[in-house]
Amino acid sequence: MEAAMGLMRRMPPRHSETALSALLSLLPQHSSDLLSQVDLPLQVLCDVDNGKEFILCEYNRDADSYRSPWSNKYHPPLEDGPYPSSELRKLEIEANDIFAIYRDQYYEGGISSVYMWEDDNEGFVACFLIKKDGSKTGHGRRGCLEEGAWDAIHVIEVGPEEEGTTRYCLTSTVMLSLTTDDESSGTFSLSGSLRRQMNMNLSVADGHLCNMGKMIEEMEGKLRNSLDQVYFGKTREMVCTLRPPAEVAQMRLPDS
Amino acid sequence: MISIFVFSLFPSLSCFTNQKAFTDHYLLLHISLSLSFSSAFLLFLVPNKSKRFRFFPLKFALQRARKIGMAEEETELSEEQRKEIAKWFLLNAPAGEIQYVAKDLKSVLNDDDVYNEAVSEAFPVYNKSHMICLEMPGRFGDVLVTSYGELQDNEYLDPKTAQVAIVDHVKQVCTEVRPATDEELPSPYIEEYRCALDIEMSKYVGEAYPKGFCSVYCTNGKDVEGPGSDFELVVVISAARLSPQNFCNGSWRSIWNIEFKDDIQILELKGKLQVGAHYFEEGNVQLDARHECKDSTLFQSPDDSAVSIATIIRHHETEYLASLEASYLNLPDTTFKDLRRKLPVTRTLFPWHNTSQFSLTREISKELGIGK
Repeated sequence: MEAAMGLMRRMPPRHSETALSALLSLLPQHSSDLLSQVDLPLQVLCDVDNGKEFILCEYNRDADSYRSPWSNKYHPPLEDGPYPSSELRKLEIEANDIFAIYRDQYYEGGISSVYMWEDDNEGFVACFLIKKDGSKTGHGRRGCLEEGAWDAIHVIEVGPEEEGTTRYCLTSTVMLSLTTDDESSGTFSLSGSLRRQMNMNLSVADGHLCNMGKMIEEMEGKLRNSLDQVYFGKTREMVCTLRPPAEVAQMRLPDS
Repeated sequence: MISIFVFSLFPSLSCFTNQKAFTDHYLLLHISLSLSFSSAFLLFLVPNKSKRFRFFPLKFALQRARKIGMAEEETELSEEQRKEIAKWFLLNAPAGEIQYVAKDLKSVLNDDDVYNEAVSEAFPVYNKSHMICLEMPGRFGDVLVTSYGELQDNEYLDPKTAQVAIVDHVKQVCTEVRPATDEELPSPYIEEYRCALDIEMSKYVGEAYPKGFCSVYCTNGKDVEGPGSDFELVVVISAARLSPQNFCNGSWRSIWNIEFKDDIQILELKGKLQVGAHYFEEGNVQLDARHECKDSTLFQSPDDSAVSIATIIRHHETEYLASLEASYLNLPDTTFKDLRRKLPVTRTLFPWHNTSQFSLTREISKELGIGK
């Protein structure tokens, strides 16, 4: 199993789906572990009732149907799929609305969905998903990306309330890939995935949505910075190590 | 439980039951994966290391199991299919990582015969495409393993020293060296050009690449005796920086095809540059950058041509490096922004107010000036 995860860390992130299916077929006895530890880019369906899109994942799925957070109905229809309780459903609706605004502010487009369901422990689990297609033909405002995808999966386990505070455990995964393509510099393609966790005990006075929202915002910010500065930065360092821009540096000196 | 497991995998396995090669089935795998994704997934409450979410309560899981149906049969992958999968993993290993991939693969496959076959087929292809550099025994220096220098399956010519290296692909070492025969080497006329260019390129590569190697081969017209015919040389530059203890590896590969057109006395150059980097400490991020360029210059004497070519190559490669730098500089503010901004346009964090949850949406919409 460790070997399988080692393989996943080395395969190009853009081929992670193929790599995962390959591993599943070679190691059927480890399917549940593989499926729970490896994330794949998100898929989307359109809600027939209101034409809005929603994201597919394991948390809104039953058999081959998926529950839309907008209409709370399974697509394709199911007779007895699981639903959140009506109270949790209210929270889920509110979460979807607010998260859509958050998503618009940071992503200027894209699709988001929130799913909640009751836990065995008197708490609940909430899953916040965002899918952004940043390419020129998608929602990329500046038109620099030939291809660009950001998929974020945030799963928060919310514990039962104890003396006015609640414990929140957030596991976030971000998968991204971007490609620029132009005459002078050819194709430039970066892709990657990161997963991190964060646990916090927060007062419920602010409400669950507020707490979860702030955690997610903080986490996304950290992941974005990490990807940008550390991860992409390291690959840039590597390029400069392979072929130091000695002549370029010399030419730049007079200006700087 | 176990049989339900296997049933759920039927869709993804079914695409392996026909004769086509693995690589033709990406799309099918994708679709079938999303179908088979869940049932195995949700049937087990797995308290795994990354301490993730809780699954649906068991009663929902059993409902799903019933819905999935019991009609599918168990299918096993054939040895051929397993070998193709193994080869795919090996060929997609980043620069310098094929040995690690091979080790993990061996453990995953758990079948030495299939592993050995896959490895013997995949390693040569990988080695040639990554243009690995091997040390030749006997102080002859290094040889590049490339398709241009391939004389036979495991024999590679080093034009600089006129030696042929015999190579063990799987172990990635050069086992012995023998002198090249006359038939394997180009004619003296061609060799003049090749050698002059080799010397110039070695100078350039020595200066520009801390750990780079280059070779110049004749790919067309190696038996041309004198002026009056066209011929073709190829310059190959390969540099790799491997730092597995720092979780970072990278490689630079340049291939320059140079057509010597005797009739119009022009040299036409076509360059293909490819840079890759992989950083994988607690994550997995890869760079894949490629560029193609063209240029031309006059057909001159061997020494003058060599200098001319080296200057052109140096110019293009330096320019390309600069544009890579520019791409990286643009990342945080422009390119990345198309995916996700650092902050909203308001330049403040999102106003998750502590007002009551029902009016939260309305408050936020008002504040952000969105009509709702």
